[in-house]
Amino acid sequence: MLEIIGIRHGFRDLAVIGRMDLRAAGGGFTVLIGPSGCGKTTLFNILTGVVPGQRGRIVWQGRQVEHLEQTAAYMQQKDLLLPWCSLLENALLPARMDGRNLEEARRQAGELFIRLGLEGFEDYLPAEVSGGMRQRCALVRTLMFQRPLVLLDEPLSALDAITRRSLQSMLLLLQQDFAKTIVMITHDVEEALLLADRLVILSRRPMRVMETIDLDSPKPRRASDPELLRLRERILDVLQQELVL
Amino acid sequence: MKAAPGIALAVAFSILAAWEASCRLIPLPDFILPPPSAIAVTAVARAPLLAANAMVTGLEIVAGIGLALAVAVALATAMFASRPLERALAPFLIASQAVPVFAIAPLLVIWFGYGPASKVVMAAVIIFFPITVSLLEGFKSCDPGYRILFRLMGASFGRRLRYLYWPWALPYFFAGLKVGVSVATIGAVIGEWVGSQAGLGYLMIQANARLQVDLVFAAIVWLSLMGVGLWALVGLLERRWVYWK
Repeated sequence: MLEIIGIRHGFRDLAVIGRMDLRAAGGGFTVLIGPSGCGKTTLFNILTGVVPGQRGRIVWQGRQVEHLEQTAAYMQQKDLLLPWCSLLENALLPARMDGRNLEEARRQAGELFIRLGLEGFEDYLPAEVSGGMRQRCALVRTLMFQRPLVLLDEPLSALDAITRRSLQSMLLLLQQDFAKTIVMITHDVEEALLLADRLVILSRRPMRVMETIDLDSPKPRRASDPELLRLRERILDVLQQELVL
Repeated sequence: MKAAPGIALAVAFSILAAWEASCRLIPLPDFILPPPSAIAVTAVARAPLLAANAMVTGLEIVAGIGLALAVAVALATAMFASRPLERALAPFLIASQAVPVFAIAPLLVIWFGYGPASKVVMAAVIIFFPITVSLLEGFKSCDPGYRILFRLMGASFGRRLRYLYWPWALPYFFAGLKVGVSVATIGAVIGEWVGSQAGLGYLMIQANARLQVDLVFAAIVWLSLMGVGLWALVGLLERRWVYWK
């Protein structure tokens, strides 16, 4: 379980994160949703140790940690594939960087390529394949980190609606087949409702948690589910009020 | 930068034609301004002499580029690795270019002798600067998303350099190298003017003293061709190495 207790952050005299408490259950899919520019990415930067935390604590599996640099894998809106490396080489990068056995890594990557429909494209350069394939490759790389925690920073927001749908189901794989603890940031309410076990609505800056909704309906879910549609309206209302204020 | 060869040829041809025509219309003595036809004849007729000297200058330039590359790559990497080092070295880097090469040429000849060594150093002094600056700029321009990614992968500085920063900076490096090779001839020729026993610069000084202006021009033609040749070679390497652009 990941716990964030009383995190606060500011740049100069601008308070970015108000006082934030958050719990993400182990093996759960926690989705953070909030107005743009509310400081979600700053939160991830604090978690990954890119920005030193100013106040508050991060607790992972019951132990207080400085940051999650060694614990988390990370995926962004930008695929961040190295343009000079083939898709396979990109997927092997985490293994290469921490000196793991490459033969074993190659086998794992090969399996993941098949799972995510990238088979046959191992030797292509990122520029030679579609945005959806690049993002799937980024997903393979994220899995190749072999870390228990996965941080997703709007991983699908650069994709078209159809590609996004198919990738959402692949994100579910992360949780269901690989037992990862997932924390995802998104702007897309529907996406949040389809994927989340726990949905956290964030305020605009300075960011704090406004509401937490636990969803326990089984996945995969359908966007047309009346329960979800009702929730969707409610969440949009809350977010809209937050913007108007 | 790839100009359409047709246009380049047309421009060159027009200039040469105008030059040739004016030489024929206004009868200038050959020791003031020989027509291009006379220069061409000399450039071919004295080819053995020119080639022997071009070989000397060419080797000086190539060695100068080699020396400059070694210094530039080491310097840019060190400055990138350490902020304090960058701040400490930057003023000297600029100062090294503020001093006119002509001012230090006689000193270099005293220190390194009349042989090729002083010319190699002189060429290197001119070439290393654009390469160092471009390479450093390239390292620094790396997308922060990639930095975070490599940080989370726990990559050592050496691995980051090899797998991320170096390929990332490669296009910048080539931009610098192109500037470097196109001014490389200046360093070598100035070195030869100040004191030498062979080389195109030496030949020019000798021919100039004897009012063999056609030979001076012929040497310039050979020098220019060498410069263009080097540029083309770098362009070829760039297309091969920066295959993802």
